[in-house]
Amino acid sequence: MSGLLSDELLSTIGRQSEPQREIVTRRDIRKYAVATGNRQRKYLDGDEAPPMFHVPLFWDVVELDQLTPDGVSIDSLLPKFPLEKAMAGGLKIEYLKPVQPGDWLTATRTLTDIYEKQGRSGALIFYEVVMDITNDDGELVIREKTTRILR
Amino acid sequence: MSAVTGTGANRLDSIKVGDALPERLFSPDIVQSMLYNAVLWNGHRIHFDEPYAKEVEGYPGLVTAGPLLGDWLHQCLEEWLGDDGRITGIEYSNRIASYIGDTVHSGGTVTAIDPATGEATIEVFIKNEAGEIITPGVATVRFGNG
Repeated sequence: MSGLLSDELLSTIGRQSEPQREIVTRRDIRKYAVATGNRQRKYLDGDEAPPMFHVPLFWDVVELDQLTPDGVSIDSLLPKFPLEKAMAGGLKIEYLKPVQPGDWLTATRTLTDIYEKQGRSGALIFYEVVMDITNDDGELVIREKTTRILR
Repeated sequence: MSAVTGTGANRLDSIKVGDALPERLFSPDIVQSMLYNAVLWNGHRIHFDEPYAKEVEGYPGLVTAGPLLGDWLHQCLEEWLGDDGRITGIEYSNRIASYIGDTVHSGGTVTAIDPATGEATIEVFIKNEAGEIITPGVATVRFGNG
């Protein structure tokens, strides 16, 4: 290892966000269905949430002065990495229960891993964030793992 | 005896490994890009501010949002599934960027079927106009009422 990852950086593995509780509304489902070009009536009418509706439901609502000049919000879950250029990432999503308007859902994000690999043109840093989404009965509804690569 | 019940059980009998999912074209414009990112509360200027995207970040145009391409993989699967089943899991990655004004298309292939559980594995993709896979994915779907 070239040792890009300090002990201090690695100690942030396990860091967790404050749980965020949100309500699913028919109107928000409809807006998402229209914006994504969905063609299914049950989603366009907001009777049920399409898969990936958790993406807009739990995107951070930050205030204007918290946005960078390029319009990006800073993810406070993440430490400062020694590499900053983000490359393509991947997502793994498990859908355990359907989501309907009126549901209250709570998301908790955890920084689950940080590791280093040698790429063809130098060191790469990978990090993983898992978002667990539960209902008010404490049942897991959706689990999403995001892997991002920095170079 | 199969544990799979409901109308989806009959559907499971009619699919086979190698079946192709119907392809669909997507041609996002700036209005759709603005609405999608507004729905997310994503203020990143590369999605709606063309001079910024080109002059500051050096892109050839407005960047199509990565999770929107991911959503289209889901739509490809669900339009094929109808009410016969649902997506239980998906893994995908955004490999190559796509720009507003490009036409991309979605599709997929059935790669495995498990009649005992009513589950099938589907490889899905978004391809660009050059035919390159820009967003590959693998999904698990379950037929029936399980």
